[in-house]
Amino acid sequence: MAGIVGYGAYVPCYRIKAEDIARQWGGDPGAVKRGLLLEEKTVPGLDEDTITISVQATRYALQRAGISPAEIGAAYIGSESHPYAVKPSGTVLIDALGIGPEVHVADYEFACKAGTEAMFVAWSHVQAGHMKYALGIGADTSQGAPGDALEYTASAGGAAFIMGKENVAAEILETYSFTTDTADFWRKEHEYYPQHAGRFTGEPAYFRHIEGAGRGILEKSGRKPEDFAYVVFHMPNGKFPLRAGKLLGFRKEQIEEGWLVNIMGNTYSGSSPTGLAAILDVAKPGDLIFMVSFGSGAGSDAFIFQATKRLPEIQSKAPGIRAILGENRRYLDYGQYAKYRRKIIFNSPV
Amino acid sequence: MKSPQYTREIPQRYRLEAQKCKQCGKIHFPPRLICDACQSRDFEDVHLAGKGRVLTWTVIHVAPAKFDLEAPYVIAIVEMEEGVRLTCQVVDCNPEELALNAPVEMVFRRIQEDGQADIIQYGHKAVLQRE
Repeated sequence: MAGIVGYGAYVPCYRIKAEDIARQWGGDPGAVKRGLLLEEKTVPGLDEDTITISVQATRYALQRAGISPAEIGAAYIGSESHPYAVKPSGTVLIDALGIGPEVHVADYEFACKAGTEAMFVAWSHVQAGHMKYALGIGADTSQGAPGDALEYTASAGGAAFIMGKENVAAEILETYSFTTDTADFWRKEHEYYPQHAGRFTGEPAYFRHIEGAGRGILEKSGRKPEDFAYVVFHMPNGKFPLRAGKLLGFRKEQIEEGWLVNIMGNTYSGSSPTGLAAILDVAKPGDLIFMVSFGSGAGSDAFIFQATKRLPEIQSKAPGIRAILGENRRYLDYGQYAKYRRKIIFNSPV
Repeated sequence: MKSPQYTREIPQRYRLEAQKCKQCGKIHFPPRLICDACQSRDFEDVHLAGKGRVLTWTVIHVAPAKFDLEAPYVIAIVEMEEGVRLTCQVVDCNPEELALNAPVEMVFRRIQEDGQADIIQYGHKAVLQRE
């Protein structure tokens, strides 16, 4: 059965604390931290973007997979912050890593679930026998307008997954998708920051789709919440995934390992994939893992993974994501953050 | 840098592709037509593993316009494990953290842009190894 043969996750070393953003805009730092259950978020370096994050995450995935990059038949990057409007992110990635040129490359977009789309299509190719290995990545340097609620959470990071049928570390036992047209969050061409519908992003958007996909895959697979060792949901803030878990009948202990949002923020397309990487860093053979992404617009992809006996053999072949999150943290004040995220208008473009 | 030149340099800028002289074994980065040690023209392609050490460095405080936002930043000469030396930025650190022979590894980053509408040029920079 096809599944993950190698995985890797990466976040930049820069951070800003939620309380520093709150102070900038006259907010109550304590109330913001309690409301979002968020301490700090990652910030991309001036020289980092979705492509560089994807390359680093895929390097770690290749280290764990132990395969030649040339064997990868498809490479898909899901993101809502591709550096170019017209020019693929994936072409830079494959040439940087020695994949191809005999390779199918595409960039995916679906707000925060573009990463699981990339994973789903990569897995489908392998499962169908079209190719030996395929690569699915979710990565973002997400945008939040100055002073907007999103600014507290919009962060940077991503995860890469190499799918294959040989030497599988986590089999994909089931998939399920739940999609409707729901205008909860959007960004039009030439707009720098996204717009959102405030509280409408909750019940009719995030919770409806997470719950729809979650209940759908449980029914399709015939499994119950208590069968799973670990659970990960899309993490737009700290509270939403905990509440989604409760709605579906999961315990907090099942969610905690992949719940990185309090120290990472919302890495958008990289959010649930990075949480999955954190779970794969510690899961044991036989463990069942439940994952549901969410992308505004809106839809959710659900997956059921089962760790194999190969997983412990590859866990230490690349840095774990909690170790990356914990080392070399470099804190920015709001002024530095505004510079790093290019929120300042200069006299001449730089 | 114009996009044709950038595209032609991708093997070296993206993948650190070097050349090993088949006659004397010397590794060249970037590749050369003739080996400067033995004058052979017979080479094989090799990839640099991406690990090295800092030989020397300087801190740029007054930067060219397109690097203004990054100042102060470190430019170092790094000797790779394969023996070749290259000049690159050392990032994700304070200049005070640099040290002679400090081990580094190469990471893939944005190098520069010629204005907002032009191509983004990617390549390698060094980060300090902290383990």
